[in-house]
Amino acid sequence: MRRFVAHSARNLITRRRNNLTTCVLQHCTFPLRFLTTASPGYLSGHVASAGSASAPPLTLDTINPKVLKCEYAVLGETFILAQRLQQELKENPGSHPFDELLYCNIGSPHSLGQQPITFFREVLALCDHPVMLDRAETRGYFSADAVKRAFQILNHFPGRATGAYSHTQGIKGLRDTIASGIEARDGYPADPNDIFLTDGASPAVHIIMQLLIRSEKDGILCPIPQYPLYSGSITLHGGSLVPYYLDEDTGWGLEISELKNQLETAKSKGITVRALVVINPGNPTGQVLSESNQQEIVEFCKNEGLVLLADEVYQENVYVPDKQFHSFKKVSQSMEYGEEDISLVSLQSVSKGYYGECGKRGGYMEVTGFSPEIREQIYKVASMDTCSNISGQILASLVMNPPKVDDESYESYSAEKDAILSSLARRAKTLEDVFNSLEGVTCNRAEGAMYLFPRIELPKKATEAAKAVNTAPDAFYARCLLNATGIVVVPGCGFGQVPGQWHFRCTILPQEDKIPTIVSRLTEFHKAFMDEFRD
Amino acid sequence: MDYENLNENVKKCQYAVRGELYLRASELQKEGKKIIFTNVGNPHALGQKPLTFPRQVIALCQAPFLLDDPNVGLVFPADAIARAKHYLSLTTGGLGAYSDSRGVPGVRKEVAEFIERRDGYPSDPELIFLTDGASKGVMQILNAIIRGERDGILVPVPQYPLYSATISLLGGSLVPYYLEETANWGLDIVNLRESVAQARSQGITVRAMVIINPGNPTGQCLSEANLKEILKFCYQNNLVLLGDEVYQQNIYQDERPFISARKVLMDMGGPISKELQLVSFHTVSKGYWGECGQRGAYFEMTNIPPKTVEEIYKVASISLSPNVPGQIFLGLMVTPPKPGDISYERFVRESKGILESLRRRAQIMTDGFNSCRNVVCNFTEGAMYSFPQIRLPPKAIEAAKKDGKVPDVFYCLKLLEATGISTVPGSGFGQKEGVFHLRTTILPAEEDMPAIMASFKKFNDEFMEQYEDYRGYSRM
Repeated sequence: MRRFVAHSARNLITRRRNNLTTCVLQHCTFPLRFLTTASPGYLSGHVASAGSASAPPLTLDTINPKVLKCEYAVLGETFILAQRLQQELKENPGSHPFDELLYCNIGSPHSLGQQPITFFREVLALCDHPVMLDRAETRGYFSADAVKRAFQILNHFPGRATGAYSHTQGIKGLRDTIASGIEARDGYPADPNDIFLTDGASPAVHIIMQLLIRSEKDGILCPIPQYPLYSGSITLHGGSLVPYYLDEDTGWGLEISELKNQLETAKSKGITVRALVVINPGNPTGQVLSESNQQEIVEFCKNEGLVLLADEVYQENVYVPDKQFHSFKKVSQSMEYGEEDISLVSLQSVSKGYYGECGKRGGYMEVTGFSPEIREQIYKVASMDTCSNISGQILASLVMNPPKVDDESYESYSAEKDAILSSLARRAKTLEDVFNSLEGVTCNRAEGAMYLFPRIELPKKATEAAKAVNTAPDAFYARCLLNATGIVVVPGCGFGQVPGQWHFRCTILPQEDKIPTIVSRLTEFHKAFMDEFRD
Repeated sequence: MDYENLNENVKKCQYAVRGELYLRASELQKEGKKIIFTNVGNPHALGQKPLTFPRQVIALCQAPFLLDDPNVGLVFPADAIARAKHYLSLTTGGLGAYSDSRGVPGVRKEVAEFIERRDGYPSDPELIFLTDGASKGVMQILNAIIRGERDGILVPVPQYPLYSATISLLGGSLVPYYLEETANWGLDIVNLRESVAQARSQGITVRAMVIINPGNPTGQCLSEANLKEILKFCYQNNLVLLGDEVYQQNIYQDERPFISARKVLMDMGGPISKELQLVSFHTVSKGYWGECGQRGAYFEMTNIPPKTVEEIYKVASISLSPNVPGQIFLGLMVTPPKPGDISYERFVRESKGILESLRRRAQIMTDGFNSCRNVVCNFTEGAMYSFPQIRLPPKAIEAAKKDGKVPDVFYCLKLLEATGISTVPGSGFGQKEGVFHLRTTILPAEEDMPAIMASFKKFNDEFMEQYEDYRGYSRM
């Protein structure tokens, strides 16, 4: 396998050189992609000459080069290898030193056994099949407040038609609910017309990048390390990523001086910086910003005329008593900044928190501080896709307006929520301690989000072995870990890191009963790895 | 962000379906006026009921605690229960988990099996990607093809403006080919060749050709001969063929049943069948399902090289996965209840009811438009729309100019104000210079149709009366 890897990598290196990448991130390896199953006998398209004796119209040579350039490490090389190993285990049990893969690469709680919030699913089921509301024998399966909420929600739909396209921004009544939820959270009003419901938060990011990026002379400030949706979408839309480094030694602190330096550096290179991306709580780093830090950031964006793109999808995942989530909207409103002062895009999603409903693709962006002309353009681009999926819209309204103290479902809802959040906090601590116990590994605590991002000091022998197979050292480590234990993580190069440093991202999501296995396998593997490669 | 420093491509692109007319209609609706929205192919918004079986299945998947109840079999049919369990078993973690970025493998397999049953040729699930609605799939494929403004995409005129808007947004060039209204919106191969030649002479590399079959807004169903011509043309000119086949269930005549581009390609055999690059699109939003709000769809790639498929997969992975409930709807659509299943009879009754009604409404509308002064309308052979030609008198065109409006926009706004009927002006889809149309859907409830057509006729005939000079157009 190594020979094949090296050979393919060499071919791809040539292609990459020809494709002029100006991406600031280190590429961990070249995308070695395998289709997960063979395609026997189907016309899967060998490249042959077409009728006019030239190559077919769509090949790697003629594909949009931005597609070639972009990367998404979360589902990249390590994950693809994991899928292959999974297939091999299925076809040939016992072919590997583990009997199951442990996917710690992706923030998908339900994939690892987390249960949905009952109340939310009750309401969604009733809205999917409203006939159940009309008949006593089916209504009886659901809690009274779920029934009540379903009626309320369906009243927002003309003709109770949940199968129809809605308004491009989402059903008005649901946006009203979300706006109220934002107000309850922040203590400041929110306007339902500022809300655009989207299929998860990711499409919202694409819309904003599309509006902002005119050419590669347009830059977007992104934290390093960052969630690679940002680097991926910037590349896809032809812009430039302008990195600002989070400080690992101060718990992944965000320094305004660093922002200012990077902004100046970019300007001196002829790049017009258009926006600042802040992920709070952070991904992969998990830090929760202090309010004063946030105020500095708002001030910075206001003064420099940058759009502040606030990715707040982990707002309900905070695990430490000394930190609290504050939305950037609340912070800027508390500074008495309004529509004239700062352009802000705030993202929320149903995929994270304690609800973890990734597969539903629900989320929204709240857009404030933009002129009517710009808002028209945002609307126009969003309208090309007509609207987001209705079930996801309903779920977003439930997430922003969950059961209240006097509701019938409140107790059970609270119990479910608290159990999930406290379990996440426990797992975060357990894994943090384990990583810190490993030789050459240090790990900041996960104040929030769903990940740990430990740093490994790799011995020289290891970095040389990695080089020999044309792989970045952290990707090499991740691959060895996977092959030995079945544990799937994402190498740090996929998120960006200070050059010469190595990390990997591991989720805190495997269920508590799996954690001991992960801990023992990981510890054993790491010791063996260091024994092999220690200087 | 200022308007001046917005991405130019964003400023340039237009999407009329949710444009000026729709916004005005929404305003009027807020003011309390009764609006009949016929601007979007959105069946459930106009009273079409969802099919029962898929809604039962999805509710059970959404709330699996129902499946655990011992009495569930008393309130849900056994086949819905079985199917819910089946789809849940195909996921890894239920509806709330990200699936494979290409879609749940088991559902993709069902789609492949559907395609094989439909066409008689095997289909590879690895080359089938599920998406949040077909529009996202179209955007992904066009994004892979378009490198810059020198890349041209052949698009029919009139067309569904997702294509023009996306090409604009991605910075490519739209190369129009005109459908011939007098020949039932048929394809004119001579015009096609001319369009390509002209584009090439302007330094444009024509990369792909879009066909919409059945057509939107025009409704025509392509014949097998037509499809063969198109496939040969694409092969000779080194084009990827993009086959938008989302209306394949909506066929209202018997002379030209739906035949997929892929089937025709495979039937042709030989080198073309192994080399012609084709991407085919389908959805749960149309047909007799009309489940627009679910955003469930797929595209199938034929003869696209493996490494290119991987790149398309990579881009899909940035958005993690399509929504899982929508994928289940798709699985249900391609694997509906079979004879002998408990829900089969009801399912057939509901489906037939919808399709037969659509066929009747297509006729009512065509006839209704043809009975109006200065209006000529081709029959809606398929899809969901009627696209009558409105022969606007010169005085009307002048009045439009004075108002600063495109003539068909002017007409449609007046129609809206007078009757509450919200349509999309033909200029949103493209048309020959000086020829005007509007697009309406055939979706209003059958019982409302006569009143709607009467209301339209009254408005139109009065409008024509008002703006005709004594020489006037006469309806030939």
